[in-house]
Amino acid sequence: MSFPSWTLLSQSVLSGVFAGALYGLLGLGLGLSWGLLRTINLAHFAFAFLSAYICYQLAAVSHVDPLLTLAGIVPLMFALGAGLHWLTDRFRLTPFSSLLLTFGCMGIVESLMQTLWTADPRKLESHYAEMKFRLGPLYLPIPEVLTLLLAVAITVAVWAVLRFTDLGKALRASAEDAPVAAAFGINQRRNGFLLAGTCSAIAGIAGVCIALSSSISPSQMYAWVGVVFAAVMLGGLGSALGPLLAGIVIGVSEAVTMAVTSPSWAPLVSFTLLILILLLRPGRIR
Amino acid sequence: MTTRTTFQRRTVLAAAAASAALPLAAWAQQPPIRIGSTLALTGPLSATAQVHKLVGEIYVEDLNKRGGLLGRKVEWILKDDQSKADLARTLYEQLITSDKVDLLMGPYATGGILSAMGVAQRYNKVLVHHTLGVPSLAKYDMQFPAWSLGSDPGVTTTNTVFEALAKGPKPPKTVAVVTSKFPSIHFMSMGARETLKKRGLQEVLFLEWEFGNRDFGPIASRVKDAKPDFVWVGAIGLDGNLLLDAMKKIDYAPPQHFYLYPAPGPLVTLPEASGALSVTIFEEHPPFTSRPKAAEFIKTYHERAAKANFPDTSVEVQAAASFTAWQILEGAVNATKSLDDKVLADWLKKNRVETIQGSLRFDGPSNYGDDLMRIKQVQNGKWVVVYPPEFAAPGAKMTAR
Repeated sequence: MSFPSWTLLSQSVLSGVFAGALYGLLGLGLGLSWGLLRTINLAHFAFAFLSAYICYQLAAVSHVDPLLTLAGIVPLMFALGAGLHWLTDRFRLTPFSSLLLTFGCMGIVESLMQTLWTADPRKLESHYAEMKFRLGPLYLPIPEVLTLLLAVAITVAVWAVLRFTDLGKALRASAEDAPVAAAFGINQRRNGFLLAGTCSAIAGIAGVCIALSSSISPSQMYAWVGVVFAAVMLGGLGSALGPLLAGIVIGVSEAVTMAVTSPSWAPLVSFTLLILILLLRPGRIR
Repeated sequence: MTTRTTFQRRTVLAAAAASAALPLAAWAQQPPIRIGSTLALTGPLSATAQVHKLVGEIYVEDLNKRGGLLGRKVEWILKDDQSKADLARTLYEQLITSDKVDLLMGPYATGGILSAMGVAQRYNKVLVHHTLGVPSLAKYDMQFPAWSLGSDPGVTTTNTVFEALAKGPKPPKTVAVVTSKFPSIHFMSMGARETLKKRGLQEVLFLEWEFGNRDFGPIASRVKDAKPDFVWVGAIGLDGNLLLDAMKKIDYAPPQHFYLYPAPGPLVTLPEASGALSVTIFEEHPPFTSRPKAAEFIKTYHERAAKANFPDTSVEVQAAASFTAWQILEGAVNATKSLDDKVLADWLKKNRVETIQGSLRFDGPSNYGDDLMRIKQVQNGKWVVVYPPEFAAPGAKMTAR
């Protein structure tokens, strides 16, 4: 086995950072929902892909700029997320029950997407796909750069809200000890809807990023579940910064594995990291 | 005399009318011949399975217009296996034991076909199937393939690919083999590695990825780094699109490139897929279209596929294999005047069936006959056959960057 060239290695690291940004963006909402609302929301992936399809439909058929589709997608996903939270809240589901419920929702949304767009792969051809920066011998495609910028901006914003605002403190307090938080007058019901809606809205943004940078088909969403779960667990449940950092670690590890050894070894990286976390730091998953 | 003549005329007319009505009466009185199958009408394989459903509907409608089989109407009992091989097994069991179908038609795709084959074997039923990707797995002696890729495509098809390249405008010296580990793809890519070595070509890169791989960026970078003259992509479904996307992002276009079983519609629409090679058994141009039934089928398929909002309305490998499967079943029943599975199987093993793919035989290993795979290329946004020359589209020649 010959050692890869410097350019190949650098380009692969970049590719890993971009992939990791998407893992982080998808993982952010999932981790917050799991950590702060105790809802393991598998429908998060379905919402992301539904958003990708809506973006595809509006951009490819109605010729709307893909980034402008966010204006409709974000509120729609917020409403869907809040609606789903109403269900989990109404029936007081445990985390495991929420996993089953949202898995069912995932199947329903998949069937809906198959009915509307068929199981055939779709590719959004936008002017963004043609644009890229060059950094010496390295290439930085605009859709991936946008994904990275959005992931960083949203992650930092969510972190700031959780860290510095009353709302963030209230959310963390409710997750820590709900009865005591309620005794202090925190409106957990309203905050829960707000957080669930925001998590799904972030999934919507991730969906638009997926549509911009990749081909989409309804069943593809399942391919993201394992690696995003790994990013969430590695990053810490309820953590804002963790999923992005963990996503980038996983993405870069996978990409470098592909560059140095066989690409078929890459999936082992994320799952090995996941197993190590479960073994060495079981406290991260409650 | 006049009275007698009138009487005779009336008698003759009555007899003629009665004899003309006889087949109609028989059609009405005899129960229909029931042909049972499943297709992945829902689930991840449903897009391609819809092609097989439409072809089956077109074929059975036309067959009934032509008088059905053995003077009886044909009824197609179709069930949804939801893209699940285990469900296909259960449903084929139901078709035989509960629905009591007379004949079987295969499902889509390889997993489902293998499940159905097990059931067919248990009940000694003939199974004609459309697109089984791994011929060596077809162990049952009463299964008959409609996809004419030969019994050892890992050798024969890959040889056709490299032969086409050797006779093309830029015979390659170095080759990169990158492949999915999906079973029906992987053994072909391993065959390609053997073939290129036998032909004295140099393999500069070999990479494998798991089915469902998301990130093709590092793979594209490694191909670019290896600087091959030709890239063999063991692609299934979207892999080809994803790899081409990743190559485009790093400003790389392979000099010559081949994709094994890509999703044909989505690949051909990509500008960067120009010059991409693949394999086929049927394309919509002569000499394929001059075969009996082909032109009529293409016309009907276009109309019906457009009406059904199919993203791609052209007849290529899947639709052609599906049509062929029905031709094989009809051919055997008409030739033997029988619905007995043993009789049908014996006839098929000894005779050729003329189909839109060409003349098929079933007397080789695993009942496979000749490898009729041809090489096609994306030219001006369309797939056209470029090799062998006698099957090439009028005026089409292989091109290279």
